[in-house]
Amino acid sequence: MNTQDQHGRARPGPRGRRSRTLRFGTAALMLWAGLATPLGPAPQRAEAAEDKQVLTVAVAQSVDSLSPFLASRLVSTSIHRLTYEYLTNYDPKDARPIPGFATKWSPSADKLTWTYTIRSDSTWSDGKKATAEDAAWTFNKIMTDEGAAPANGSYVTNFRKVTAPSPTKLVIELKKPQATMAALDVPIVPKHIWEKVGDFSEFNNDKTFPIVGNGPFVLTGYKPDSYVRLKPNKDFWRGAPKFDELVFRYYKDGDAAVAALQKGEVSFVQGLTPAQAAALEKQKNIKVNDAPGRRFYALATNPGARTKDGERFGDGHESLLDEKVRHALFMAVDRETIIDKVFQGHAVKGEGYIPPRFPQYFWKPSAGQELAHDPAKAAQLLDEAGYRKNGDGKRVGKDGKPINYRVLCHATDPNDKAVGQYLTEWWGELGIGVTLNCLDNVSDPWLAGTYDLAFDGWSVNPDPDFVLSIHTCAALPTTPDAIGATDNFICDKKYDDLYAQQLAEYDPARRAEIVKRMESRLYDTGYMNVMAYPNAVEAYRTDQIKSIETMPSDAGNIYGQDGYWSWWSAVPAAAEESSGGSGSTGVVVGVVAGVVVLAGAGVFLAMRRRSTADDRE
Amino acid sequence: MTADAASAAASAPAGAPGGPARGPRARTGASYLRYGAGKVGGAAVSLLAVLLTSFFLFRLIPGDPVKYMTGGRQVSAEQLAAYRREFGLDLPLWEQFTDYCRKALTGDLGTSYQFRAPVIDKITEALPNTLLLTGTAFVLYTALGILLGTRSAWRHGGLGDRLNTGLALTLYSIPSFWLGLLLIIVFSVGMGPVPGLFPTGGMESGGEEGFAYVVDVAHHLVLPVVTLVAVDYGQTLLVTRSALLDEMGSDYLTTARAKGLRDDLVRRRHAVPNALLPTVTLVFINLGRTVAGVILVETVFSWPGLGGLFYQALSVPDLPLVQGLFFVFAAAVIIMNTLADLIYPLLDPRVGR
Repeated sequence: MNTQDQHGRARPGPRGRRSRTLRFGTAALMLWAGLATPLGPAPQRAEAAEDKQVLTVAVAQSVDSLSPFLASRLVSTSIHRLTYEYLTNYDPKDARPIPGFATKWSPSADKLTWTYTIRSDSTWSDGKKATAEDAAWTFNKIMTDEGAAPANGSYVTNFRKVTAPSPTKLVIELKKPQATMAALDVPIVPKHIWEKVGDFSEFNNDKTFPIVGNGPFVLTGYKPDSYVRLKPNKDFWRGAPKFDELVFRYYKDGDAAVAALQKGEVSFVQGLTPAQAAALEKQKNIKVNDAPGRRFYALATNPGARTKDGERFGDGHESLLDEKVRHALFMAVDRETIIDKVFQGHAVKGEGYIPPRFPQYFWKPSAGQELAHDPAKAAQLLDEAGYRKNGDGKRVGKDGKPINYRVLCHATDPNDKAVGQYLTEWWGELGIGVTLNCLDNVSDPWLAGTYDLAFDGWSVNPDPDFVLSIHTCAALPTTPDAIGATDNFICDKKYDDLYAQQLAEYDPARRAEIVKRMESRLYDTGYMNVMAYPNAVEAYRTDQIKSIETMPSDAGNIYGQDGYWSWWSAVPAAAEESSGGSGSTGVVVGVVAGVVVLAGAGVFLAMRRRSTADDRE
Repeated sequence: MTADAASAAASAPAGAPGGPARGPRARTGASYLRYGAGKVGGAAVSLLAVLLTSFFLFRLIPGDPVKYMTGGRQVSAEQLAAYRREFGLDLPLWEQFTDYCRKALTGDLGTSYQFRAPVIDKITEALPNTLLLTGTAFVLYTALGILLGTRSAWRHGGLGDRLNTGLALTLYSIPSFWLGLLLIIVFSVGMGPVPGLFPTGGMESGGEEGFAYVVDVAHHLVLPVVTLVAVDYGQTLLVTRSALLDEMGSDYLTTARAKGLRDDLVRRRHAVPNALLPTVTLVFINLGRTVAGVILVETVFSWPGLGGLFYQALSVPDLPLVQGLFFVFAAAVIIMNTLADLIYPLLDPRVGR
């Protein structure tokens, strides 16, 4: 290497260095600005009115699709509730079906034909009238095109024919009676827009905005994992929402969402942990809503996995086939402790299968029927069943080996792990071993029936048909490899008979009575130990939202309601109280601060370098 | 995690320089071509291997995509069967594999199960976001690492060196999500005298366009980039520092000084270029990693990038999307390593002979 060459080429220090740095910096900045500029069309510009009232909701779940024919995640179906009408809605007070796109509905005498009167005061956001023809087209599309069936295909399996004899009349003919016809949660889409769609299985309805709908809001913008924006539908028949804009903004981390609420960047967060709720409760201008949830949290027993034809598979412990053993396990679980210690009070003690949030279907065991916490009685039941303790204090199965149950738990759910620790302790005292099998994805052992007990939980709809159906024999898989709709392979004749009765019972009160008998039967079998109904823990800023409707109205939740009540009803707080810190001043201050810090660092380094270089020259 | 898996699949770049320089200059061009062709050919084979193995690799993930996607909602057995038919999961494995190969070789990475959109669309949607974040951070932490590393080595043992290395090591060992959350609490929400200057998350406020949009994105970019730079610059600093320390005793530096060169010039013109080879290796490894995104930082700052997409794809598992992403990640590492291999001989003539 020729040092002379290099020395000769070297330009006198700082100036050359600086101009090179400058050139590099400029090039980098240009490249960077290119990346920062969107590839697609610029997002729709919001009206820059100073006093615009925006309701911002923090969400974490990604939208799977904005097509009502494909979307199944809660965030997407909630958006569809806001942007399309469904035939019926649910009363915010008690979740009973009330008019939506249909104003009335009635069955024929033979129970096989339902006639809906469609409202005449609903228009699509492009100005066209919404009619029964749109509804008939939507249902027929789902029935005839497999590509349009993924989201709502299950609602139409019993439909024979759907017609629209007039713009205000929709007729649905059934194959057999079905009591759930006032609970068809299917968004009705505008025929004149959707009949132009080619392949429904790949059309996501997320390219051209605003999206034509007839709900209380109109979808005006969407960017995956960034935001969903909606504007009020001024012509909505029930009245326009009061906020000027509704934005679902993405926060993938719960603590960051809480920080955004504290700052006022968002108006509402949900899915709070007990620690987050406790921290927010102390803050000014924030209201924590600890509401009864729609989920039940249960321990499901493997009753011996089998197919519809009765072929057995899996390897559930044989002792669990004995009802006495199941009752003993039930009685050894202290549900009060689970509510206090695991849920830290943010849950209600479990009783029947359907949560008390749905009062017309809520059932709880009578005093004589209840399998209350009683470890001594549990030990006695196990003795009676013939599972006695050996010399080591372990209960022994029929095969002569100590009993050890494998309990499937969700690795992502801290509650499962905590309750699992309690089960290990409680059942251990009975002489029964527990192996907690916590997995990211429990579906493989679950479907194969290679577990003994499992943590289980479902969200319950206003119409309980679905959560009831997953315990019928008809839901079992056809072969051991197939996937059935069954939850945990329960198949009980008495329960099945009651299920068939309620599905054909069109009188709501009588149907509710049958549903309660089903819950009673399920409880007695001891297959499903409903331990808790976890609360929905949410919080909102009272300086942004003055009032908002919960569901149920008295004490209910806000996010993920059966209906559009919360966002539709929300009333903005007076403008001057708002403390949103994300205005343009904030942006300017932030950018200026960033630039100053960077420039300062640069100057500091340059000066330091120069001075030391001078010293050593 | 993703980067490690990808690096393992990729060929490692050639390490230290080989033997002493020899041979006339005329041969250099031909031997460089031969060397380059070998490296590029190897990379192509690696890419093909990644493409084929990723099919089987991700089928080892437990879990049924259809059950996951329909979990918790009302579905009939017919619907479940329809899903499996649509995704081709009802076909025998070898048939799925040949189908996958045929499509992959024509550039079709399939359709995502959960988003029902072409995998290539989902990737190109999130890739610019990731590159903006990791690329900006990469440039800054590399520059900062080399600058501070050089200075540390040049005055090693001094107070500045001890402070520099100490701080870099401390930051290097801090979990990025924790630091990110801390920055959000202090600089987004505001704490004590510090006002909340930056947004708490996301890439944009939405509704901006033109220059305002660029400023808005830059505003959102500050905290995640600061987090990444703080956590990552230490590695470059330490590698640069130790490489330069190895060179510091060399005779040619004494010669340069003896000629009366300024110390600054001795460092910049002589020591640093010779010590830069290990840093270049690291730079290219880091460059390959930038594509894979940074799951933890993307999550804390709700940045809509590839890292988050990969996580979502894995939890289903959304096989076409996982395969596609894995291929892109691995390809980035392979290409960057090949580039590094091709550049070494230009930096150091002893390599590649």
